[in-house]
Amino acid sequence: MRALPVVTRAVLFAMCAGAPQPALGQASHTLVVAPGTALATLGEAVARASAGDRIVVRAGTYREPLVTIDKPLIIEGVGDAILDGESAHAILTVAADDVTIRHLHFRDVGVSYTSDLAAVRVLAVRNCRIEDNRIERAFFGIYLAKSVGCRVIHNDIRGAARDETSSGNGIHLWAARDALIADNHVSGQRDGIYFEFVTHTIVRGNTSEHNLRYGLHFMYSDDCQYLGNTFRYNHAGVAVMYTHRVLMAGNRFVSNWGDAAYGLLLKEIDDSRVEDNEFAHNTVGLSADGANRLVASHNTFRSNGWAVRLLSSTDDARFERNNFFDNTFDVGMRGGETTTRFAGNYWDDYRGYDLDRNGVGDAPFHPVRLFSLIVAQNPPTLVLLRSSFVMLLDGVERAVPSLTPSSVVDDTPALTPIR
Amino acid sequence: MIEFRALMKSFGARDVLRGVDLCVRPGRVTAVVGSNGAGKTTLIKCLLGLVRPDGGEIRVDGVRVGDDPAYRAAIGYASQTSRFPEHLTAREVTKILLGLRGESAVIDWELFERLAIAPHLDTRVRALSGGTRQKLAVALAFLFAPRVVVLDEPSAGLDPAANAVLKDKILSERSEGKTVLVTSHVMSELDELADDIVFLRAGRVGYAGSVQKLRVFTGQPHLERAIASMMNKEVVCA
Amino acid sequence: MRVAAKIAAFQLLDVLRSRWLFGYAIFFLLATELLLRFGGDPTRALVSLTSIVLFTVPLAAIVFATIYVHRAREFVELLLAQPVGRDAMFAGTYAAMAVLLSAGIVLGIGMPFALRGGAGVGGDAVLLVGAGVALTLVFAGTGVALALRTDDRLRAFGIALGVWACAALAYDAVLLVAATALAGAPLERPLLVATLANPIDLARVVMLMHLDISALMGYTGASFTRLFSATAGTAIAAVSLAAWAAGPALLGARLFRRKDF
Repeated sequence: MRALPVVTRAVLFAMCAGAPQPALGQASHTLVVAPGTALATLGEAVARASAGDRIVVRAGTYREPLVTIDKPLIIEGVGDAILDGESAHAILTVAADDVTIRHLHFRDVGVSYTSDLAAVRVLAVRNCRIEDNRIERAFFGIYLAKSVGCRVIHNDIRGAARDETSSGNGIHLWAARDALIADNHVSGQRDGIYFEFVTHTIVRGNTSEHNLRYGLHFMYSDDCQYLGNTFRYNHAGVAVMYTHRVLMAGNRFVSNWGDAAYGLLLKEIDDSRVEDNEFAHNTVGLSADGANRLVASHNTFRSNGWAVRLLSSTDDARFERNNFFDNTFDVGMRGGETTTRFAGNYWDDYRGYDLDRNGVGDAPFHPVRLFSLIVAQNPPTLVLLRSSFVMLLDGVERAVPSLTPSSVVDDTPALTPIR
Repeated sequence: MIEFRALMKSFGARDVLRGVDLCVRPGRVTAVVGSNGAGKTTLIKCLLGLVRPDGGEIRVDGVRVGDDPAYRAAIGYASQTSRFPEHLTAREVTKILLGLRGESAVIDWELFERLAIAPHLDTRVRALSGGTRQKLAVALAFLFAPRVVVLDEPSAGLDPAANAVLKDKILSERSEGKTVLVTSHVMSELDELADDIVFLRAGRVGYAGSVQKLRVFTGQPHLERAIASMMNKEVVCA
Repeated sequence: MRVAAKIAAFQLLDVLRSRWLFGYAIFFLLATELLLRFGGDPTRALVSLTSIVLFTVPLAAIVFATIYVHRAREFVELLLAQPVGRDAMFAGTYAAMAVLLSAGIVLGIGMPFALRGGAGVGGDAVLLVGAGVALTLVFAGTGVALALRTDDRLRAFGIALGVWACAALAYDAVLLVAATALAGAPLERPLLVATLANPIDLARVVMLMHLDISALMGYTGASFTRLFSATAGTAIAAVSLAAWAAGPALLGARLFRRKDF
């Protein structure tokens, strides 16, 4: 993977930047919160603690109003320390730099139609660490606003969302930068991971599944990287918009089915790279709507309804050395000709030959079938898919192309799958 | 006794039987004659339930021919054109008919010998000559000792030797008190066989009665002429 | 019933000896085996196989049935002159034909999958075999009815080909042209109903719902999914196909009962 050095550097940077460092020369104390003791609520512990202290929360269920952390602290659960929002209110607000929250178990954050109640809300701070927490039935899970250099790692967020209006996002970042979102699991929320005005952030190794809307949804979030994540069984898949310079590599976009469901929908995403990803069992694998100068390479598209759907709003995109297996339609088009180029891809429908034995088919491959054009213009005709007549029609068109766009062509189709 | 009453049949606009009244007497050989298209085969197929009459009725021994196929157990039939399943042997074809006729049916193997079918019994139908197939068809009509034997143009396609065997067989059946109904458009063939004669013309009975009476009555020894002179006589069952 | 069984039995024997049935089974056997070996993953093989079945089975069934009825005519006449009822005769003949044609599909497609333990798509393979058998019944029944109505052999053969071409090709062509002409109108429901009205399309859509679900879930979403993807949907399709299979057979029986030989 050519992107690796860049990625590694970025990760290292994020790790250094995110480590909280107590001020020198100041002794730190540990406060222990436990039910039935003198210190029975987290709120009281925070009030008593000084900057740099550590608060240990012992197993038990804590029902108390919203706790605001206003000084650098390490708050750590031991055993099953449950912070209960009683389905009525938010639980923690981080309002100071260098706060660490780990091993806590949040549950039942209240639903509100006027404010974004969250299990952990981080507001205008630097270097927070939110790690190894469990968050159940939260309206919003982890909500970062106007923060820099925060790390959200290895949290397990399980929502119980029923409809979009009464549910919030799992990991929600607004106007943040230099964050690291890694190895989290999010399910049952509205959007699994949501970014708006986020820059220079890395999203790595997360699994986002069974969310009501998108597994990942971002807009206006330039220069971020999405590496090795899995997005599956999300109602509308993944949709990302209005952003420049995105790198998406090694992700899996799997089993996003339905009317308007996409493995990955790129809308107005300029100068971005989509590499080494797997798109499988989606209604649409990759939809490119205004994905200008997109480079999609070494991806595998398998068993999608449409592997790639290309809209004429996309200029100068390149699809190179991707694998196309078992898709109902390899490339769907809306609009006529395109400036997008296909080169060196493996198409399992390719029936060409290679007389000079250079591994490249001697005849070009036209991945747009006539019937897919018909369906694009008149969706209900899809019901005729694979009927003998339609196959006849496609066969004739393939033999004597006249209606399918001649600019969508792979002149150097690979004869064997690309590894 | 087989009775036809006011039997009508038309195929589309073509009236084939236009009110046939007829009585076939038991223990006698009755010849149905007439030119092509006179309605001979249709009359016979009505008797066998192969063609459904538009009007009138048929009674076999007093029982009206209807949907119950049981009455056909008493009838043996050879049709004008015969085809058998190509990949079965003559013996298997015979066994099929036996199976459909029930366990009590008796096979007259001796007739197979005399018609020289016996050596071909284990040959598949597709390998049999047309003549052998026709002999098999005729033999099958007698096979299960029926009380009534119906033969539609049986001599067509039979060699002279087989024809002689067939005639002997018909006569021996009569001597056993069986009823034989045979059609032909070649009347001379029937001279020595028929006891009664039925002349069909354009779907009606032109003459029906005993051959002997016909000859005496008309003074014509030749059957064909005798019929010609009797054409418009009405005859009903005795 | 016993009479019908006897009649079916000898016809089975006759056709089995003629060996064409083996050719029919071997055709499917080879197609299945080759697709499973060289056609990519088993689901893809099934998709290709579905196209083959939808194309060939109706054609083979209607042509075979038409020819069979005419070839058997004289012998049927001889049998009907025996103490045999017409319903028993028809039931036996139809059953023999249905069993034979179905056996070709069941063995030809079934064996390669069975030898691979279902190849991971056993359920869908069974569904395809079921669809093939259903189409066999529909088109064999249609061929029988057609041959009984039309005494002229060549004419019957021509009509059989015409009926097949209409159901397999022309029907969808008309749908596509009509849908294109009416583009923009709410076509989803009418097209769906039109699909149910053609057994080949019905069988195809049932298979699609299991094999190409990703694509179909896309556009045609709501009404489609509601109708077909659930167990109830498959049940509806099965009942429709059964009705389709029963229709021509009952018509054939009716024609046979009234037929003059």
